[in-house]
Amino acid sequence: MSTQLSTQLLDPEYAFRPAQPVLSAEERNRLQGIALTLRRDIIEMTAAAQSGHPGGSLSAADIVTCLYFSILRHRPQDPHWPDRDRFVLSKGHAAPVLYAALAEAGYFPREQLQTLRRLHSPLQGHPDMRKLPGVEASTGSLGQGLSIGNGMALAGKLDGRDYRVYVLMGDGEIQEGMVWEAAMTSVHRHLDNLTAFVDYNQLQIDGRVTDIKSLTHVGRRFAAFGWHVLEIDGHDLDAIHAAVQDAQRTKGRPTLIVAHTIKGKGVPFMEDQVEWHGTAPKPDQAKEALAQLGAGGKEAAQA
Amino acid sequence: MNLEQIDEAQDRRGQAEGGPAFLRRDRSQKEATRVAYGKALLELGRENPQVVVLDADLSKSTHTGAFAKEFPERFFDMGIAEQDMMGTAAGLAFCGKTVFASSFAIFATGRAFDQVRNTICYPALNVKIAATHAGITVGEDGGSHEAIEDVALMRSIPNMTVVVPADATETRLAVKAAAAWEGPVYLRLGRLDVPVLFDEGYPFRIGKAVRLREGRDVALIANGVMVAAALEAADRLARDGIEARVINMSTVKPIDAEEIEAAARECGALVTAEEHNVLGGLGSAVAEVVVQRRPVPMALVGVQDRFGQSGKPLELLEEYGLTAADVEAAARQVVARKGR
Repeated sequence: MSTQLSTQLLDPEYAFRPAQPVLSAEERNRLQGIALTLRRDIIEMTAAAQSGHPGGSLSAADIVTCLYFSILRHRPQDPHWPDRDRFVLSKGHAAPVLYAALAEAGYFPREQLQTLRRLHSPLQGHPDMRKLPGVEASTGSLGQGLSIGNGMALAGKLDGRDYRVYVLMGDGEIQEGMVWEAAMTSVHRHLDNLTAFVDYNQLQIDGRVTDIKSLTHVGRRFAAFGWHVLEIDGHDLDAIHAAVQDAQRTKGRPTLIVAHTIKGKGVPFMEDQVEWHGTAPKPDQAKEALAQLGAGGKEAAQA
Repeated sequence: MNLEQIDEAQDRRGQAEGGPAFLRRDRSQKEATRVAYGKALLELGRENPQVVVLDADLSKSTHTGAFAKEFPERFFDMGIAEQDMMGTAAGLAFCGKTVFASSFAIFATGRAFDQVRNTICYPALNVKIAATHAGITVGEDGGSHEAIEDVALMRSIPNMTVVVPADATETRLAVKAAAAWEGPVYLRLGRLDVPVLFDEGYPFRIGKAVRLREGRDVALIANGVMVAAALEAADRLARDGIEARVINMSTVKPIDAEEIEAAARECGALVTAEEHNVLGGLGSAVAEVVVQRRPVPMALVGVQDRFGQSGKPLELLEEYGLTAADVEAAARQVVARKGR
């Protein structure tokens, strides 16, 4: 049985839950199915590569699903459409979840997912925008995505385009000082066309974030910088949607969505286990993981 | 001859009395390359609405301030946050802007190295890093602020182009060329007022060395402030009948290997001169070509792997062995080694 997120994690000051569901049952079902497909792809991809980062990819799967399959305005057949919304995966090691989403959206054939991390593959260990269509920024060296997102948001305002920019950061990543330089810039430049997520799964390579370098009250820290802050259950599709809608309504300042998540979410033996940050499942473990996840979204829907 | 060859023939046209027509005889006018950068940026801003400029609280010193005044909506002072500046520059470039990002060389290349490497060069973005206050001629601020390793850092990154202009004229041309160049460029600029060496006809092209003086006994390959020193050294050597070829190697990467090979073949001895650590800079770049194509005696004039310090710029050039006399001495030494 999959772990449920403790709602006590949310800072009461910024806890955000929609009063009523914002998604229709049908839409929620559809997105749940896609999220499941992405999770299965993450397991299969990293198992095929025998390398990669499943834990933080699984924790972000619901956020990425909502973005790519409901929120973002984008055209997979026209990846350079100037008015598209931009998504920057600042935590570049979660590349598998991004690749799974791009393949599912039709940016490239699904079969390519199996080439993850292989020589000459466009699916590099960390996203490379020059190799794979749909990747908005080459990332991997942590802490840089928010600055990149700021630049994109500034360009949008400069050009009078109404696209929005979404940045997904890891929680451990916020220990990079550059994030706080960027956090000041977003506020100083009134970048209300920018929304940042923190995938707050509480784990980083060396252990629990609270033990390595605590981020207690991360929401309050950003709020003190002038950000509009919302804390949500990052696996609640309605909450993700409602929070993004709230961000879109917020004028004059950027929004930070602290998405409380479970690392390895969906695969019980990986959940909240730091060992699964950067370890790929062995074939038998992958089989077990897929069995625990259940049949893929489309197959399930057809069944 | 095709156009390129004609162009080249003009670039390297024979030595009339006193050198090529674009080389000034009167070098009393002085201007720092950072000042020329500020002016060129303003011109560029007027020509190209896609140009945006970022600075990190040094716009008065880097001279991006004039652009900021005329185009406030296209200028972003990022505060004292060079890493954020480079990341933001990348984001703007992702969206089609031609971005000039300026700070002191020490911060632009050292403090923000990973951002330049991973976020600008890895995706080959149109970000032009115009860094001022390079080298020991920063002067009084001392070693903490004197970048002697910036060229080494920048040229070791794939996709990066590295240009070290010698004077105001070349700076202006280099700024325009950098804006038109596809991909990242590092422009190394100085604080010190230096002689204006070239007139407008100076044939600047990225990747092309320019021969300033003909000679067959030794070749002096210099860039930045050391070009003037090399010209002066050549004058001194000529008094003793040593004819030195002087080459302005303003582009350190991609380096003009043909010109280096020709110099090695025709002169048989080389001296490089740079206001930078001899480890990893122009001297190293030239040596990499020489050892693989045509080994000849060679000497490297530059900072000998030590940090800078406070002092007046000219005092420092003397202290660190970066004067015309030092280039001359090195030339005599390699000439003596020829044919041994």
